[in-house]
Amino acid sequence: MGKEIAIKLLIGFFALYGIASMLFLGIGLRFLLIEIYPQTEPLYFVNQFVVVWFILELVMRYMMQKIPIINIKPFLIQNIKRSTLVNFILTKSIVSYFNIFTPIMVIPFAALSFWQTDFSFLQISGWTISILSMVLIANFLNIYIEKKILDNKLLFALFFGTIAILYGLEYFEIFLTTQFVGNIFNQILLQPWICLIPVAIVIFLFKLNQRNLIRNFYLDAYLKTESNSFDDTEMAWTQRFGKVAPFMQLDMKLIWRNKRPKTVLYMSLFFALYGLFFYTQDTYNESAMWAFVGLFMTGVFMMNFGQFIPGWDSTYYPMMMTQNIPMKLYLHSKSTLMNFSILIMTIATLPYGFFDYKIIILNVACAIYNFGINVPLLLYAGSFNKKRVDLDKGQFSNYQGTGITQWLIILPLIGVPMIIWVLLKYFGNFYIASAVLALLGLIGFLLRNYFMNGILQGYKTRKYAAINGFKEQNA
Amino acid sequence: MIEINNISKEYGGVKVLNLGEIKINKGESIGLVGNNGAGKTTLFSLMLDLIQPTTGEILLNGIKVHESEDWKKFTTAFIDESFLIGYLTPEEYFYFIGELRGENKASIDAFLSQYSEFFNDEILGKRKYLRDLSKGNQKKVGIVAALIGDPEIIILDEPFANLDPSTQIRLKKLIKDLTSHKEKTILVSSHDLNHTVEVSDRIIALHKGELVKDIKTSEETLKELESFFAV
Repeated sequence: MGKEIAIKLLIGFFALYGIASMLFLGIGLRFLLIEIYPQTEPLYFVNQFVVVWFILELVMRYMMQKIPIINIKPFLIQNIKRSTLVNFILTKSIVSYFNIFTPIMVIPFAALSFWQTDFSFLQISGWTISILSMVLIANFLNIYIEKKILDNKLLFALFFGTIAILYGLEYFEIFLTTQFVGNIFNQILLQPWICLIPVAIVIFLFKLNQRNLIRNFYLDAYLKTESNSFDDTEMAWTQRFGKVAPFMQLDMKLIWRNKRPKTVLYMSLFFALYGLFFYTQDTYNESAMWAFVGLFMTGVFMMNFGQFIPGWDSTYYPMMMTQNIPMKLYLHSKSTLMNFSILIMTIATLPYGFFDYKIIILNVACAIYNFGINVPLLLYAGSFNKKRVDLDKGQFSNYQGTGITQWLIILPLIGVPMIIWVLLKYFGNFYIASAVLALLGLIGFLLRNYFMNGILQGYKTRKYAAINGFKEQNA
Repeated sequence: MIEINNISKEYGGVKVLNLGEIKINKGESIGLVGNNGAGKTTLFSLMLDLIQPTTGEILLNGIKVHESEDWKKFTTAFIDESFLIGYLTPEEYFYFIGELRGENKASIDAFLSQYSEFFNDEILGKRKYLRDLSKGNQKKVGIVAALIGDPEIIILDEPFANLDPSTQIRLKKLIKDLTSHKEKTILVSSHDLNHTVEVSDRIIALHKGELVKDIKTSEETLKELESFFAV
């Protein structure tokens, strides 16, 4: 119970932190831009980026924002008009985190701009209304796209095709989209009545969604539970894992056929790029941040997958517990999978050696540490796991221990080795520090059977609590 | 074969199950009947060591279920959808369970061919995951999976629920066939007195966690049960 509250508080804290950062950005942006580009009016500068922001906003929303249309199912046969329900859903979508951040930033920015420039109140208002309308356009466009275009591949092709063409035109200076959109917004500053156009687009999109939703508000249309695409790959190559093979196969299918673990996989691959941020800047050269990204990149899948073990199997955990399977094999399969991911992520980060060969040394040391210490640690932590994981829901749209909390586990898994590395580097040197990390991992690896017995005991004693906890659908 | 010794289960001070001594012999086919909340699923969960008893113990073949895991070698069960893996196809699920019970693909294929009538062409080769099957079809998969690996004790919770009439009739025949050699012990729970009486040679009735009837099935059993449950 205390843990739950602590987590809620922390999430609240991060949300507040996010809001506060946007607010500060809104206040500071104007001064920052004047500092960097004293020649240009910040408003004009911002206008140039409206199109980029809008595209990012669309992408982010498409990935994360979903309207909970299915929740409306019980009300369908109640004495409520369909149009009322649809309007409710659409209006409710406006009250979303996604629609809060931009106003928090834009309104102070606009207010300061009004105070510091010669633009009239009407002009600034028109501009603000236009920007805020863009937020709602993104909101309703996302809903429309999500419901209307079910074919992801087509959508991606169209989207990236358009982006590529626009980028190409921009690159060869044939047609400058950023400038074109920027000019429109500059024009709004001069003739604020133009802001009625984006407002009209918002209303149009609202009506469009309304019509589309009402027409498809049936159990066999939008309210249908999606049946996933089918794939029955044999994954015969896992057979070479011997006794663990059936479990490995199950885990691969788990990852491949369910939205949530699949997101974890994609996200992990994406984070292989994280190093670019640190290795390219001299300030971070051989700093603690190197150890951080090393541990993080090689262990990102391990952490995101490992911390939910055995929750991934929560929907059929009782069955597993009645089967004649040694728990050891089950856990062995999970650790093999994590070890495998560490190996792949390590290989994926090898090219960073072009920046500095030392990166390879450190990352391999980090990988060995993850391999020997963090994998058993995550398995052990899993024996305390009682939270059901619903596989079909996306990573972002459900809060089952996800969101910010899942990054909290980073503290012990990355923080501890990071501190060890930094201290040893301070008192010794880079090589000693890296060697010790690898050595610790190696010791952990040699002791793995010893660890395993303790871990198994944990799973055994807390079996009933896990079975009971996994039953709770909305925990 | 199965010994239930003074088993009881409490939740927050409320007794949901309180049984004295019950012995079930090898080859018996037990029908467990009772209203909602009678403790049927609780009893099965205790037998499978999925929950811990407050007092007492259950022995399967002389093995205390909460002390050793050896009972898993000869016991199978289908309790509810938490025994199915939603993202597998029925075939993959059967193969997976088969591998856990020491079978291989070929032997499972041979095994499954016996049940083509029971499946009624709605299960195999449909290119669908278990989660996308109807409740009734999911149940068929769960029941057949519980028969894989020649188990000695088979526990089925509410197997008749959600099944269509034809499948109910087939299931009754299937259960009778399984017990005809008196080698397998089968426990079936149900709300439906008719079905249970038909397939079981012994009926155990629970009411609010207590044993109220333990009778060999005869001509009069159904009447007796109906009069007991009539309000």
